[in-house]
Amino acid sequence: MGRARQALQLIRRIGFRHGVHPPELKELTAAVPIRRLPFPGEVVLPLSQHAGKPALPLVRAGDRVERGDKVAEADGWMSSPVHASASGTVRGIELCPHPTGAWQPAIRIAVAAHSAQVPRRRMIPDWRGLTREQLVDAVRQAGVVGLGGAAFPTHVKLVPPEDARLDTILVNGCECEPYLTTDHRTMVEYPARVHLGIRIMMTCLGVRRALIGVERNKPDAIAALQATLPGDLDVTVQPLTVKYPQGAEKMLIHALLGREVPSGRLPMHVGAVVHNVASIATIAEVFETGLPLIERIVTVTGRGVRRPSNVIVPVGTRVGELIDSCGGMTDDAREIVFGGPMMGQAQASLDTPVTKGTTGVIVLTAAEVKPQRSYPCIRCGHCLDACPVFLNPQLLGQLAQHERWAEMAAHHLADCMLCGCCGYACPSNIPLTQLFALAKTHLRRHPVAA
Amino acid sequence: MSPPRLLITAWPHLADRDTTPRIMWTVNATLVPVLAAAIWYFGPSAALVVAAALAGCLVTEGAVRGAASLRDGSAVITGLLLGLCLPAGLPLWMAFVGGAFAIGIGKLIFGGLGQNVFNPALLGRAFLQAAFPVALTTWPSVQTAWWRLRGDNFALPLMSAQPVDVVTAATPLGLWKFERQGTELWRLMIGSTEGSLGETAGLVILAGGAYLAWRNYLNWRIPVSIFTTVAAASAGLHQLDPARFAGPLFMLFSGGLVLGAVYMATDLVTSPVTNGGRWIFGAGIGVLVVLIRVWGGLAEGVMYAILIMNALVPFINRATQPQVFGTAAKGAGT
Repeated sequence: MGRARQALQLIRRIGFRHGVHPPELKELTAAVPIRRLPFPGEVVLPLSQHAGKPALPLVRAGDRVERGDKVAEADGWMSSPVHASASGTVRGIELCPHPTGAWQPAIRIAVAAHSAQVPRRRMIPDWRGLTREQLVDAVRQAGVVGLGGAAFPTHVKLVPPEDARLDTILVNGCECEPYLTTDHRTMVEYPARVHLGIRIMMTCLGVRRALIGVERNKPDAIAALQATLPGDLDVTVQPLTVKYPQGAEKMLIHALLGREVPSGRLPMHVGAVVHNVASIATIAEVFETGLPLIERIVTVTGRGVRRPSNVIVPVGTRVGELIDSCGGMTDDAREIVFGGPMMGQAQASLDTPVTKGTTGVIVLTAAEVKPQRSYPCIRCGHCLDACPVFLNPQLLGQLAQHERWAEMAAHHLADCMLCGCCGYACPSNIPLTQLFALAKTHLRRHPVAA
Repeated sequence: MSPPRLLITAWPHLADRDTTPRIMWTVNATLVPVLAAAIWYFGPSAALVVAAALAGCLVTEGAVRGAASLRDGSAVITGLLLGLCLPAGLPLWMAFVGGAFAIGIGKLIFGGLGQNVFNPALLGRAFLQAAFPVALTTWPSVQTAWWRLRGDNFALPLMSAQPVDVVTAATPLGLWKFERQGTELWRLMIGSTEGSLGETAGLVILAGGAYLAWRNYLNWRIPVSIFTTVAAASAGLHQLDPARFAGPLFMLFSGGLVLGAVYMATDLVTSPVTNGGRWIFGAGIGVLVVLIRVWGGLAEGVMYAILIMNALVPFINRATQPQVFGTAAKGAGT
């Protein structure tokens, strides 16, 4: 039975159509073991580190907090609490640089000497013996969000609507963004945590099957996960073609299950729920250590940083300090990107903090910064062949340049994931992805009557 | 260390290596062997005619858009292609005017690069054909000594060409159409036949096209669709009446079909953006070529076939929009 299914999976197409093949650039850090950095002098904890409403602060300037203390409470179900990532004294709640580019309210904590950082008690109970509801609540109280970048509150995905019929948990270990290696190192170094996280998740959701999708360029991760497969669970590790955006939710579901999520619907609609492998490992870690989500693994890389590394840092570490602990910047460093190079946001300030959703920090040199000159559209159609959701970026781009937003909505702009494939493929270097982001913003503010 | 000056640019922070100028200049590079073949067959006249057409294009583009606009290489493509679809004996001033028309009316009045509806080189040639029908259909024989000019290349502007002592001959398509006379296939393929400069080197053009298709600088679906349609249609007709209708290989390798299918119909700007549309576009050209060659008044129909299909591209694009992921009838809307 098992062998027959494995054979079937080899035959079945394990990928998706369209997409692009950017250079992988993972060699800088793929083999570098994760190391823990010393505590920074200050942590900056934005109240909004997740999709949904910003958290509500619980502390005031002058308050002493301990590592793991909740400093901001979730504002409703679609929100997530924030915890102190280091012991120290609250300096205040102020507008600080935020990875999205805007300045946002954040709790600044002056970090105390290292000796005070050892947690004194367990804040999250052991998972064994908890009911489903207690498990979900523990995950929620621990402030766990998706660590793949979007930072969607994990507990929301653990409570599917009544009518959803989930049959499979998909674990996203693709890490299709170039440069990044945090998921890769997590799978290589903490495979048992990944499997424990899957077990906890299966308990929460009552689902019996899990598939871990890993791109073929990470054979050591595939081997590590396969070597530690639990005998009593139906978990399969599925190697996938190396292509961007293999890790996009809809692409991954298509690759692993052959199911197409209908436009405007959630993965639950086709019986699947997708979790990033780092988020799953974090669920396990939270229950193992008893500490909420207060640190994460970040890839600090790029030719503009002297010692590219995979590091564990407290959430809220400012990027300047982070880069300094990785050898500092080279003289020709010019641009700092949070996230992967395909969807990541360039940062204006060295004071921007690492948040729960920061997968990587990429320092680009002057030569690597993309030239900004663009040419007229020559209608080559490369963007159509790149778009993984089969939009017509050529048409959408022209509509956007004429601010014809309503027509863009009619041409399925809502299905655009802003993955950047069209902008990558465009030989004329037209900022298609930005135009679509702009159009989405405009349509959010001025909805079109259907 | 003083804080570095940080740049902010938009994602994606990586770009494919293919840029518009790189595509254009690569196309130009693959046209060099075609030009060399033309010079091999038609002597110094070939170089002169192409140079004049090229000059007409570059001067017009440079005068209107500034010299910097020439760097993207697109005006050079127009000039080379226009030159390659002219006869060797054409007075140079006509080639120059054709180049100016191609860029000025064919491209710039639409808004320049990327905006034009019709292939500029073919529009230039259509203009020349209408303005100077005799000069455009005077085909010097390939039997002439290599170094001799193939016509009155240096005729003064606005003057007709003086008859010069050059042997002219009909093109293979003309021979077939008006005299029912065939041409050996191997001559068609290696190009030692009468015709426009670039009509004659089918294999060289195919090699250049194959390279461009491999680099994804032209879409292989268009030439494949054209060749398949022409071959199928002419094979069918040939079966009906071999004496009246030429066979498929003759149809494929005679006239400007190979040059048109590989370099003109695949012009990125004036062909459909969707892959489905490209099949339709190519098939339409193929059908029109056969119709014009067999039943039209002209011996050759590639130019008009492509121009007519150029006009239909917006409709083809609209009719062949991609099916957005997750909107297929299966599973949607439930």
